[in-house]
Amino acid sequence: MRVAVLAGGRTPERDVSLRSGHRVMTSLNDRGHDAWILDPGERPLVEALGERPPDVCYLALHGKEGEDGTVQRLLDLLGLPYTGTAAFECEVAFDKLLAKDALRRAGVSTPDWVAIEGWALRDLGGGAALGRAVERVGLPCVVKPSRSGSALGVGFVDREADIAPAVMAALSFSGAAVIESMIHGTEIAASFVGSPLDPLPLVEIAPKAGRYDYAARYTAGATEYFAPARLEGGVEGAAVGEAARAANGLHLRDLTRVDLIVDRAGLPWVLEVNVSPGMTETSLLPMAAAASGMTMADVCDRILHAARDRT
Amino acid sequence: MAEFSIDRFVDRYAARTSGMSASEVRALFAVASRPEVISFAGGMPFVDGVPREEVATVAAEVLREHGATALQYGAGQGQLALRERLTMLMATEGLGADPDDVVVTTGAQQALDLLGKIFIDPGDTIAVEAPTYVGALGAFGAYQPRYLHVEVDQDGMLVEHLEEALFRGERPKFVYTVPNFGNPSGVTMTLDRRQRLVALCREIGIPIVEDNPYGLLRFDGDPLPCLKTLDPDNVIYLGTVSKTFSPGVRVGWALGEPSVAQRLVLAKEAADLCGSNLTMLMTERWFADDARWRGVLAGLVDTYRARRIAMAEAIAEHFPADAACTDPHGGFYLWVTLPPWFDTKAMLAAAVERRVAYVPGTAFYADGRGANQMRLAFCLPTEDRIREGIARLGALLADEEHLYRSIHG
Repeated sequence: MRVAVLAGGRTPERDVSLRSGHRVMTSLNDRGHDAWILDPGERPLVEALGERPPDVCYLALHGKEGEDGTVQRLLDLLGLPYTGTAAFECEVAFDKLLAKDALRRAGVSTPDWVAIEGWALRDLGGGAALGRAVERVGLPCVVKPSRSGSALGVGFVDREADIAPAVMAALSFSGAAVIESMIHGTEIAASFVGSPLDPLPLVEIAPKAGRYDYAARYTAGATEYFAPARLEGGVEGAAVGEAARAANGLHLRDLTRVDLIVDRAGLPWVLEVNVSPGMTETSLLPMAAAASGMTMADVCDRILHAARDRT
Repeated sequence: MAEFSIDRFVDRYAARTSGMSASEVRALFAVASRPEVISFAGGMPFVDGVPREEVATVAAEVLREHGATALQYGAGQGQLALRERLTMLMATEGLGADPDDVVVTTGAQQALDLLGKIFIDPGDTIAVEAPTYVGALGAFGAYQPRYLHVEVDQDGMLVEHLEEALFRGERPKFVYTVPNFGNPSGVTMTLDRRQRLVALCREIGIPIVEDNPYGLLRFDGDPLPCLKTLDPDNVIYLGTVSKTFSPGVRVGWALGEPSVAQRLVLAKEAADLCGSNLTMLMTERWFADDARWRGVLAGLVDTYRARRIAMAEAIAEHFPADAACTDPHGGFYLWVTLPPWFDTKAMLAAAVERRVAYVPGTAFYADGRGANQMRLAFCLPTEDRIREGIARLGALLADEEHLYRSIHG
């Protein structure tokens, strides 16, 4: 197949995306496909696709535009098939404001939360309600931008006085902030590939400094990973089940990574879902695939066929 | 079960690498370097102000006339002809020097690293300005010092604060300062403070490291004597051609006592054997034509002056009235202090979203200070881009203030 691997873009995750994209391209070429990198940050996407039309677009973009439905809608308009989740579902999955609600409606366990939009703070006097937010979710809590990837702009709040600066920081990345109860336990990544989505072994994340923040994610060696996760059978099954409920409830396709915490009682809580998980040599989904005996070429080929068979 | 370690050597690294971690700011800078972003972040010299054809001629002459030398290893101290030329360059700032005491380094940045290597043991105290050059914190940091920050005001380092610290018993291995148009502050140490600093350090026996990348980029007023001129014995002086010619040639130097120069040469040879003969010869030849380098430098200074004026005017128009800004008479940088509740690191993402970038103030302190400060480099963007970028930043500051007031009533 002729495959344009969309990677790069203009987000802070640009470099990670290019690394994902190159790995995907190499894997697909190893399988005999004709794959090339197309970086929408370097040249206009529509023009580039017109010059060299692919059979399928493989989306390895991370962050806004690539994961929020923008690129997906454009490809729908162009009538080009693409890997991964459809536009509307991307929009829901990427925006924590919407995704948290959708998860709860799908019956998925997700930490209690409140959300507040920047304009409500600015123009509706919402600032007075921030204290209420802390009452609702308790301390410590986690403040996240509603639309941002890679833990960018995420703040951990232990004291009530720190909630306002954390919300302001999150709003630097996005128009709204989600304030979430902090669940203590084991961080788990549940990856799925194919159509229908097939679970890969769980990966356990053990950040050495305790918190899986930006530095812990992207500094080599700052975090240890175990695949499969060191969970008891029943707990593992419950985590996979909860992750699958999240992926299916949000109508995700082809590939996804669901991030969870298993609390000290063994209960799984879904934190978020990713429609374009990292595919670099240090990313979680490839780690899970390796633990199941799949090569990167197997994984990418399977994702590609899931997209092609849809058309 | 498999344990995946992303870094198989993670348990092997030296303790000094512990501070080397990924950061959100770095990720944002990757976006900030894109052409649509007006970046006030990096201190990139205006290399288009250096006539490329003439540099090409110089490079061709060097290769034609001294090709065998240019392509070969050289002496660790750097070529004598260049060291002589650099003493001439220092003389233009009134600093007398012996070429034997000059050690050519890969930019002055390497001199910082070598000074760290020969002076700093883990746990030693180093006195630096507050704020200070981020690259010095990085270079010295590898040798695991403890930093003693000494406040800066519009007249440079507050020497009495250093004096108080010394009175309390602090004994830094050396005092590091950028006395002319400091990075990031943009401020210049007054003559009075220079005299007091060298007298104090001489009395206690603490060497001074004087880093002077910007001294020749003076927009107005008279040059002040170098610290090294005021006390030739107790000051180690660092120079560079990065701002007067090109950072691409990577030519800087250290001027110190023969004993210091000797150790620096040994450390330099251990680090990289020698600098690039090719670029050293080019640099020597570039500065051999007095009228040329002075003419090019005058053009660069005119450009930087105009850009600094454009930035200061735009800030006066677009920034909140309670934003304080330094008033540099040379160099590359303006230093802005906002009301205390601003968090410039958190705000950087929103700035990049609006296609403008700066360096958050915390980068220039070793102790987490500077959250409400930012460094703005006016050296590279054109005046129009500067006005546009400052307008974008001003709008962002106004929005942040609105948000803060909304939250705090």
